[in-house]
Amino acid sequence: MMKFYKYIIATLAFMASATGIAQQTPAAPQEEAITISGATAHIGNGEVIEDAVIVFENGVITAMGSADTATKGKVINADGKHVYPGIIAPAKSLGLIEINAVRASNDQDEIGELIPHVRSIIAYNAESKVVESMRPNGVLIGQTTPQGGTISGTSSIVQFDAWNWEDAVIKEDDGIHLHWPNTFRRGRWWEGEDRGFKPNKDYAEDITAIETFMKNSMAYKAKDGEQPNQAFTAMKGLFDGSQKLYVYADGEKEIIDAITTAKESGVKDVVLVGGYESHKIIPFLKQHNIPVLVQETHNVPARDDDDYDLPYKLPKLLADGGLLVAIQNSEASNFQTRNLPFYAGQVAGQGMDMETALTLITGNSAKILGIDDKYGTLEEGKSATLFISEGNALDMRTNQLTHAFIDGRELSLETHQTELWKRYSEKYERQSK
Amino acid sequence: MRKLPLVFALFCFLQAVVAQDYFPKNDGVKEKNTNYTALTNATIYVTPTQVIKQGTLLIQEGKVIDAGSNVSIPENTVTVDLQGKFIYPSFIDPYTGFGVDLPKRAERNGRSAQYEPSREGFYWNDHIMPENSAIGKFEYDKMKAKEYREAGFGVVNTHIADGIARGTGAVIALNDKGGDAQRILEDESGQFFSFERSIASRQSYPSSLMGSMALLRQMYWDSEWYAKGNVDTKDRSLEALLENKSLPAFFEAGDKGNALRADAIGDRFNINYIIVGGGNEYESIDDIKETQARFIMPVDFPDAYDVSDPYAAKYIALEDMRAWNQAPGNLKALSDKGIPFALTTHKLKKPTEFGEKLRKALTYGLDKTKALEALTTVPASYLNMSGEIGSLQKGRYANFLVTSGDIFDKKTTLYENWVQGEKHVINSLEQRDLNGKYSLTAGTQSFDLEISGGADKPKSKVSKGSEELKSTMTYSDNWMTLKFSDEKSGKTWRATALVPDKGSQISGRIVMPDGAEGNFTAKRTGDAASKDENEEKATSKPEVVAVTYPNVGYGFSQKPRQTDMLFRNATVWTSEDAGVLENTDVLVRDGKIASIGKNLNAGRATVIDATGKHLTAGIIDEHSHIAALSINESGQNSSAEVSIEDVVDPEDINIYRNLGGGVTSIQILHGSANPIGGRSAIIKLKWGEDAEGLIYDNSPKFIKFALGENVKQSNWQSFSRFPQTRMGVEQVFVNYFNRAKAYDAKKKSGEPYRYDEEMEVLAEILNGERFISSHSYVQSEINMLMKVAEQFGFRVNTFTHILEGYKVADKMKEHGVGASTFSDWWAYKYEVNDAIPYNAAIMANVGLTVAINSDDREMSRRLNQEAAKTVKYGGMSEEEAWKMVTINPAKLLHIDDRVGSIAEGKDADLVLWTDHPLSVAAKAEKTIIEGTVYFDLETDKKKREAIQAERSKLIGMMLDEKNGGGKTRAPEGKDRINFECETIN
Repeated sequence: MMKFYKYIIATLAFMASATGIAQQTPAAPQEEAITISGATAHIGNGEVIEDAVIVFENGVITAMGSADTATKGKVINADGKHVYPGIIAPAKSLGLIEINAVRASNDQDEIGELIPHVRSIIAYNAESKVVESMRPNGVLIGQTTPQGGTISGTSSIVQFDAWNWEDAVIKEDDGIHLHWPNTFRRGRWWEGEDRGFKPNKDYAEDITAIETFMKNSMAYKAKDGEQPNQAFTAMKGLFDGSQKLYVYADGEKEIIDAITTAKESGVKDVVLVGGYESHKIIPFLKQHNIPVLVQETHNVPARDDDDYDLPYKLPKLLADGGLLVAIQNSEASNFQTRNLPFYAGQVAGQGMDMETALTLITGNSAKILGIDDKYGTLEEGKSATLFISEGNALDMRTNQLTHAFIDGRELSLETHQTELWKRYSEKYERQSK
Repeated sequence: MRKLPLVFALFCFLQAVVAQDYFPKNDGVKEKNTNYTALTNATIYVTPTQVIKQGTLLIQEGKVIDAGSNVSIPENTVTVDLQGKFIYPSFIDPYTGFGVDLPKRAERNGRSAQYEPSREGFYWNDHIMPENSAIGKFEYDKMKAKEYREAGFGVVNTHIADGIARGTGAVIALNDKGGDAQRILEDESGQFFSFERSIASRQSYPSSLMGSMALLRQMYWDSEWYAKGNVDTKDRSLEALLENKSLPAFFEAGDKGNALRADAIGDRFNINYIIVGGGNEYESIDDIKETQARFIMPVDFPDAYDVSDPYAAKYIALEDMRAWNQAPGNLKALSDKGIPFALTTHKLKKPTEFGEKLRKALTYGLDKTKALEALTTVPASYLNMSGEIGSLQKGRYANFLVTSGDIFDKKTTLYENWVQGEKHVINSLEQRDLNGKYSLTAGTQSFDLEISGGADKPKSKVSKGSEELKSTMTYSDNWMTLKFSDEKSGKTWRATALVPDKGSQISGRIVMPDGAEGNFTAKRTGDAASKDENEEKATSKPEVVAVTYPNVGYGFSQKPRQTDMLFRNATVWTSEDAGVLENTDVLVRDGKIASIGKNLNAGRATVIDATGKHLTAGIIDEHSHIAALSINESGQNSSAEVSIEDVVDPEDINIYRNLGGGVTSIQILHGSANPIGGRSAIIKLKWGEDAEGLIYDNSPKFIKFALGENVKQSNWQSFSRFPQTRMGVEQVFVNYFNRAKAYDAKKKSGEPYRYDEEMEVLAEILNGERFISSHSYVQSEINMLMKVAEQFGFRVNTFTHILEGYKVADKMKEHGVGASTFSDWWAYKYEVNDAIPYNAAIMANVGLTVAINSDDREMSRRLNQEAAKTVKYGGMSEEEAWKMVTINPAKLLHIDDRVGSIAEGKDADLVLWTDHPLSVAAKAEKTIIEGTVYFDLETDKKKREAIQAERSKLIGMMLDEKNGGGKTRAPEGKDRINFECETIN
């Protein structure tokens, strides 16, 4: 029976490559136990096990240890290779937009300033070619997130090998995303103003609007027989701790205002996203127990006089200060998300140890997103969402995947791009014959 | 015709209008005033350097008859005794828009751009309007004239401040009492130019600075062609340009760089522009001196920023803080270098701000005589009117100022501004300086009154016992009024008095709070309290921070120097057949790589221990858009005439940041807004040098072409420009090359031909003298351009981006074109749907010369990592991967004989890395160009500290300025445009 399926899958894969219509077929559930042996296991919490044995069954890691751990089922010999937990991409509109310049393919930004009830999950395209291209680099999980406006909507956490959005869900409606106003804003150059940054005169007013909305949401209780207020209802999870508030703010003042407002409004869990100047207020963030999802390290400094390497080292500054830090790339193009391992690798160039750098895209990300009960690290009892790389996955040269698993299901590492690669490599092979 | 207000008409009637002898007069009888006026006993500045003490100025009929200490006073003379007073020639503003309204801003019509001109019978471009004349639009503006006179000006040069070629200007005397027939001293004072488009037309070309430059050049070429009678049709623009060729040419540059740009155009066409500067010339003072141009300088020194909110202060770049501190020294810097300049009120909100601003320049050390010259004799000479204005020598117009003292002293009162012999009172000479303490009695009550502020702006302070009352006072036409009120009780007193000529007592009427009228007396009891400290401060010389190279954060306080150095025991990535050499020494001498080997003798070279480190050639970026002021000239579908070399920006912080990523050479490409783009600039990132210093000597010639979505304007709403399809793109190329071929043939035949910059550039391509780097995505268009090139007998040099190059690599190889591509970009638009990160590897395997480029200021500083991605995607060897950012782009740019590898005799453009250069953890420790260290981790650290210290110092100074009552403005942040191919600017 299994063989038959494999045959079908192979045929489908071929058809996909031939026609270029559909994506790789999602893998079937794990049936037999799988053991990865001989690899260096990078746990995702800063620890390493050399020459490790990892056993997983029914999608869950059942045994982990050094070489003397008993193997089970199918054994993958990974001598000299490296095993990592699946990389997690927070705060990204993956699956919501396919081609930036093609408006028809854009589902990431709805009209409106305060629209928490807008939900990303129902628009998530499980067959996105861009999402698929994450997998050969080890990026296996993402928080698919609406963009734009002030409160852009509600995100959900998905895994990247699914038939449909429902199958993709890891955590539905996990968080609300709030883009905090800026004290300074760019001149409206299209209206003839100078392009430079000027004080935002509406800042106080903008904040009041957010505060009012939060307080109303908190106070709101649906009444029988009355039309429910969807926006207020959508905020409810923030006040009982079932959802997190992701606040996007970069400036010192904005960060302080945002966190103070959120806390005062009764929001239980607040995550700071961006935090360009968060390194200046580490004690404040610690005091409020705020984790930070910093912008991707492959960035230029915001201001001319800033250290040229500030974006490179920001995660290290925060981690050294004792904060829980992970990396997202909400401001980059979606396709760039496959570079998450290299964003983390970049921090290693700033003196962070490579294993700690890995936590920025795995263990820490899972903790911040609230999925660390199952994802983010290689530990017994957690999901077998992991990949095997020929070498250091955080380095461009050696991030070479041989296997990847989501919940124990072995996924295809082929993509639209690898198929074209093979197709045209073959063209030139034929010519050279 | 404007309706003259009755008062004005009446005024004309009362004033005998002198010059219009042959005009009939029916509203009275014709009479003439030929009396003399003698102003005696004054200190007279006949010129800024010829000063007469106790002199007499004799004038008649609006002209100076004589000025001297022994002037004989004829009969029929009205004498004015100016004992203790000063007389100066009144100022001339050589650059204003006085009395000339700007045209109406053209409204946007629809989404599509306007490519055609909106006029007929003129030049083909709406922004070229040499046929315009200020005099045709001139209407004397009495209000504005008053403001100018209050600032000391008697004559202004005016023009229509709109467009690139703006037509002729006019010189106007600010004589309220004459008519235009008298006031207009010259109705064709010069031609005016700028780089700014007209607001009155939406014709899209030129859309960039480099486009404006090209258009100006072409205008001159066309005028030469027109002058020779080669054009059958009438072009009133060119005719006017030619007709006014002998007039002075004024060029509004508004910035040091633009001043150099304007001067370069002038040099080409033998025009000595009088350049209106921007106030930052001190930053490039030697280059400015070299232009040998004459300048007109505004004095709109920036106000301090309000930095009381530290969160807001961080938005201000160090360079902007410095500008506040340094710019008032600009005039002194010019003067020290002997660069001639006149002064203007241009850019000030009001001419009345002029005095205060100029005083600031004086506190920075500008010489007073220089300042006076810059306001009188110099502008007069610019206008070729030294015989008429600018001094008080015999025969000049009687344009002069009467003051209480040194004209530039803050305490000096300007009494009168005489224009063409007509007196305009600014402050009455009879007005007394009432400063002092007085005891005021009104009925049974008495108050203390203190008057300060001098004769022209007296201020009152009234107190009763220890309590201060709210008060205001006015003083004009010998009458003073004083109002004061006790806010607690709501009582108000209102007093008015005729101030006597002399004496220490003022008496007059007072209305008491209850409405009763009575008399008051104010008796002088002593001098007013001394001036407050702020005023003292304003006149002391401020501390000025040092100018750096470039004058921005991370600039060098001294330009770095070339040194001989020996890298000892490095892992050397040669990018040559020699491969990677372990434990190897590299000796750099005189900016070149002198030798490579083991245990080399250092000689005098500085030894750098490179044990455990990697030494490579500097990274070369084939496709960059940093360090430029504009990137796209999108106004036409071909813009071969523009050149990025014209707009290189040596102050872009991204130069420094790229050095920090090990980049030493880049090609700044034109954008991709049109099929035929502009010419490239190939530069070395010599941070601290000027634009010319960055551009390669004997630079290979390149031009950007572009294909696909951008040139057909697919991703923005524009539907009026050809081409809108890939089919059309081919036809644009074929058409232009056909024309260029014909042009070149005509040129070579020896027949007369119209010099066309665009065709010149295209002909260079046909003749194999200029290389194309073409922005390209999909395979069809790549193939098309190669076929077009083959049809015209040349080769495409480089396809850049070339994301579907892997599909036609075989055809590309056959054609002989190289490729410069992104490592892994895709999915951002429809035409990159099939872009794959394996592209570089496939093309390299087929045998193409492949480079990895950036197109982006961020990626460019990590090109080593982007190269490393080719190892992952497609399995390139590390050595080959490294070549993709060094020798391969050097080959594509035809600079591989100089740079791109570590080989003896090549330029010492080197990077010392902390780690394997392809490693994600590698950092550039030193970046060296021609033996000069431009980036160094240690130096960088020091620079950071210096920036912090200097920012803190300047913030402190600005806080003082604010606390001292100085003007401040809200903080502002620079907006750096992240130029990419598609950036329209």
